[in-house]
Amino acid sequence: MIRDITLGQYYPADSILHKLDPRVKLVTTLVFLTALFLVSSWWGYLAATLFLAWVIRLSKVPFKFMIRGLKAIIMILMITVVFNLFLTPGERVLVQFWKLQITDTGLRTAAFMAVRLIYLIIGSSVMTLTTTPNDLTDGMERLLSPLKKLRVPVHEISMMMSIALRFIPILMEETDKIMKAQMARGADFEHGNLMQKARNLVPLLVPLFISAFQRAHDLAMAMEARCYRGGEGRTKMKPLAYQRRDYAAYGAAVCFLAVIIAVRVVV
Amino acid sequence: MSIKLEQVNYVYSPDTAYEIHALKNVSLEIGDGQFIGLIGHTGSGKSTLVQHLNGLMKATSGHIYFHGEDIYAPGYDMRKLRSRVGLVFQYPEHQLFEVDVLSDVCFGPKNQGLSKEEAQERAKAALRMAGLSEKFYRQSPFELSGGQKRRAAIAGVLAMEPEVLILDEPTAGLDPRGRDEILDQIQKLHREKGITIVLVSHSMEDVAKYVERIIVMNQGEVMYHDTPREVFRHYRELEAVGLAAPEVTYLMHALKEKGFRVDADATTVEEARDTILAALGKGNP
Repeated sequence: MIRDITLGQYYPADSILHKLDPRVKLVTTLVFLTALFLVSSWWGYLAATLFLAWVIRLSKVPFKFMIRGLKAIIMILMITVVFNLFLTPGERVLVQFWKLQITDTGLRTAAFMAVRLIYLIIGSSVMTLTTTPNDLTDGMERLLSPLKKLRVPVHEISMMMSIALRFIPILMEETDKIMKAQMARGADFEHGNLMQKARNLVPLLVPLFISAFQRAHDLAMAMEARCYRGGEGRTKMKPLAYQRRDYAAYGAAVCFLAVIIAVRVVV
Repeated sequence: MSIKLEQVNYVYSPDTAYEIHALKNVSLEIGDGQFIGLIGHTGSGKSTLVQHLNGLMKATSGHIYFHGEDIYAPGYDMRKLRSRVGLVFQYPEHQLFEVDVLSDVCFGPKNQGLSKEEAQERAKAALRMAGLSEKFYRQSPFELSGGQKRRAAIAGVLAMEPEVLILDEPTAGLDPRGRDEILDQIQKLHREKGITIVLVSHSMEDVAKYVERIIVMNQGEVMYHDTPREVFRHYRELEAVGLAAPEVTYLMHALKEKGFRVDADATTVEEARDTILAALGKGNP
């Protein structure tokens, strides 16, 4: 049940996408997400679909995993579609009942929004599925390192992020364990109204928080025992270095962006 | 027969890169009033198995019967099953959450629908059984020592008065004294109340000392299901799967090889003492 969140769930496989420099993947994902907002026609979506399909094929990650992340946004997706569908004014009214009406523009916007949202999630899932959380924060730290000059604590932020990401599966497992332990004592997490359900969560949340604080404390101790003193003068075991395939990937991203812009201008 | 498993299979994360076949065609019977030891190396499926016994995990295929009733039958009351088959998880102190020990132990009985007074009666009895004295009742469970927390948590399950009590490594991380005390309490429960006990353990000495029957799990399959004597006779096979026999067994085999006429199947220190004395011609002390 809680395991369905794909975000931060690395899928191990031997593909060119897995081997790419995390900076490339971050930038390309950003380019892809931005490009999605530039798309305003079906031709543009065709280009985006082809690009996404190609990348998914390259990643060797089963398609099932890509769409798993969609479960989390299904509510937002439905609301967006419904609002756009019924509340967009347009020239031609297709269906009308009571005060609600579906217009041709509404239908179009709703469909565009839905596709856009789905591609946003799948696009970012491709990145998180092919990149370990550690690589991801590493890449982010390097990309943001110019901000250090503005006294932004880039290293600290990325360290916090990698710790947070690292702890997601651990805390989920812990939740599962405590939940089962309380269910063995007759706790009920499924029935009752909202208030009762909220109250029933106390036996789960109290132990979970205690263990989270305990873990944080242990981790801090372990880091200090290894002389961790923040990012100052810290070197990497595997410094990031661009290779030929990384430049090729940048090239592909630029081509994709060019196609999207061209389609927008032409159509 | 209180619990019967038929061809139970369980697969973790099926159809993914992380698929694990944790239980393979497990068929077992656990009789009323037995004291059973469940052993197996890490990842052999012990914990998965015990979570099936009270319906916390649902088998991918196969059937489980409790007193002859199929627990997967539609409409079967799982919560009732859980109050009759008590499960104490590994490191059960991580489940404590209430403001004081007594209220925490009351959590189970209250979920069973008992009144506050009844629940408190049960909780007090359970705390006595678990060996926690009255002065701890009003303390926060988080102020207790590790061993005391463990007892409070075990009492939390005992208070539901289960017919079958499953303990997943109840002594992990305790000092030898705490370990012996807890195991002695469990044995007392078994003797005095006739509760069926399933003890998951890594310690062959503990298993040999307390249990009547042993189930050995290996890679999701039941390897042996027999008395300690019979199981530890296969100590070579046990070693091959990452387990061992009690130290005493090794000593007895070594003595026998040296020509002493001892019973090499002795599994506890007491049995070993008796057979060594007998071999030396001194009889019982």
